[in-house]
Amino acid sequence: MNQNTEWPLWEVFYQPGNGKPFEHAGSVHAPDAEMALQNGRDTYARRNEGISMWVVPTDQITASAPEDAGPFFDPANDKAYRHPQFYSVPRAVKKRN
Amino acid sequence: MDTKEKLDAFQDRIDRGEKIEPKDWMPERYRQQLIRMISQHAHSEIVGMLPEGNWIPRAPSLKRKMVLLAKVQDEAGHGLYLYSATETLGARRQDVVEDYIYGNAKYSSIFNYPTLTYADICVIGWLVDGAAIVNQTMLAKSSYGPYARANLRICREESFHKKQGYEMLAKMASGTDEQKKMAQDAVNRWWWPTLMMFGPPDSDSPNSAELIKWGVKTKTNDELRQSYVDRMVMEAEVIDIKLPDPDLKYNKKTGHWEFGEIPWDEFWAVVKGNGPMNRERIKARKNAYEDGEWVREAAIAYARKQKLKEGKAS
Amino acid sequence: MSTFDKIPETKEEAFLEVLLRLADDRLIHGHRLSEWCGHGPELEEDLALANVALDMIGHAASLYSYAAQLEGKPDEDYYAYFRDDIDFKNIALVELPKGDFAFTILRQFLFSAFSFFNYRELIKTVKDEQFNGMLQKHFKEIKYHLRHSREWVLRLGDGTEESHRRIQEAIDEIWMYTGEFFHLDDIDKAAISFNLYTDTSAFKKEWESLVFGTFEEATLQKPDNDQYMFEGARSGRHTEYLGPLLAQMQFLRRSHPEAEWK
Repeated sequence: MNQNTEWPLWEVFYQPGNGKPFEHAGSVHAPDAEMALQNGRDTYARRNEGISMWVVPTDQITASAPEDAGPFFDPANDKAYRHPQFYSVPRAVKKRN
Repeated sequence: MDTKEKLDAFQDRIDRGEKIEPKDWMPERYRQQLIRMISQHAHSEIVGMLPEGNWIPRAPSLKRKMVLLAKVQDEAGHGLYLYSATETLGARRQDVVEDYIYGNAKYSSIFNYPTLTYADICVIGWLVDGAAIVNQTMLAKSSYGPYARANLRICREESFHKKQGYEMLAKMASGTDEQKKMAQDAVNRWWWPTLMMFGPPDSDSPNSAELIKWGVKTKTNDELRQSYVDRMVMEAEVIDIKLPDPDLKYNKKTGHWEFGEIPWDEFWAVVKGNGPMNRERIKARKNAYEDGEWVREAAIAYARKQKLKEGKAS
Repeated sequence: MSTFDKIPETKEEAFLEVLLRLADDRLIHGHRLSEWCGHGPELEEDLALANVALDMIGHAASLYSYAAQLEGKPDEDYYAYFRDDIDFKNIALVELPKGDFAFTILRQFLFSAFSFFNYRELIKTVKDEQFNGMLQKHFKEIKYHLRHSREWVLRLGDGTEESHRRIQEAIDEIWMYTGEFFHLDDIDKAAISFNLYTDTSAFKKEWESLVFGTFEEATLQKPDNDQYMFEGARSGRHTEYLGPLLAQMQFLRRSHPEAEWK
């Protein structure tokens, strides 16, 4: 085994177009933030995929645990009143839209 | 502990077609099999840069030079996406890379053959990438989320790889006598090794059943090989190229093309390290890795110094 | 001046020279960079170097193709594949072997810094719309090449002892080839008189301040500026490195010139 010369891991997010939300593109290794941006650009924007980019050290990301899936997200399942389809609107208004 | 309940629940998720994500519980063996398979796939992309890179300086037009360079560069990207997928499973890139450079981790044997003429580049695009697409299209549906997503991205990028090879091979096959000769000769050399890319026959493939049970793969080696042959026979005919197999014949009942005996002895010899270019490939990768060490180190040292400076300043 | 060089008398002749000089620099440089493909120090950097190489060869192809249009040659490949060493007009800096990563990065930095100022001035000077459009497109890419290579010069210079030593050696080795950036021969002067080229000596100070400023930040020593400076590659007086490069690049195309290769 050689000595450890692995650069830290970064997660790359790009904005696919003006006004669009950022998406996760993938990860790259880089020694620091500037090179992470450049490596992100050279790896994930070779085909014009983005117009703007974020990079975050992977170990700085906190993710929900799989067992949280139930308590975190299921309660939102039965709250139909949060969705516009829950409400009825007079026909005449619908037609005008 | 991989208890029976946990294993059963895991299998249920797979059977329902759910994707497994990095933090989900998974059997240790599933994790190990994935790391082995994904890193082999990654090494193949990286080693695959060498036979094709061999022709970047000699590509016969500026257009073809750029196409080839962009394609070989894509392979580096694909290797990178795949190494990332192994990292979500807790592997380190440096460790898996060292496993094939210093250890005996495998990569696709196809890249241990030499590229002798420019037609080899066209044939790699057409046949080798053609075979890879058959494989990766299946893997894009793999049960492990990060691996499936990496393959999806690879497939999207790879579509031009096969097309450019097929397009140029068609031109050579209808070009000058010398071009025709190069084209046919390259197909003669690469056809059988590409059939071996799908791995040993199902009867002799120890990992297959398990990988299918876990939804990592959805088709067997022989099934994939057959769909590849059916497609390539048709594509060869269109551009007037002969596939070097006298036993190729269409079976009306099954709707498939039957093919001759694959030279498996050659396959196992190359897997064991005795192919025409095995040693050179590993040597080239080892040199790049070792020559790059001082560069990687320098960047780390610089980052550390900058951090210290920032610390002092604040 | 080479035996065959002719001072351009018309604007058309001068234009052709300018296009070919710019294009040859880029083709040969791109070719050298492409030699890294598959051999980079880390995967991410392999991708980065290939991107720069692709930009360079792409710039050359578009410039050649304009030259072909002006001169009535079949296409861009004519210039890349069917000219001999003494017809190539690139500066010697770009034909030197790729060396180690320090050498490659340093050459990239010096060339990108020069291209940055040169293109900035050319865009102001050149009236021809098609040419100016190309310059503007290339300029964006050059800015990125400059950023990438400058960041690496800093990291190598102020990284480890080994990286510092290697890039310092590269500076000392390469410096005599930077004179050609600013040497103006009669062809350049004719082109300047037609508003097709810029007086590169006008931005030499700016270039030096960018380059030496970066060296200082990277804890690197300035090279000896009074040393012998290489000159003449622009008019075909190349180093011995160009011949083998062209032999490799051109062999297949020249062996089968009647065949279709596009």
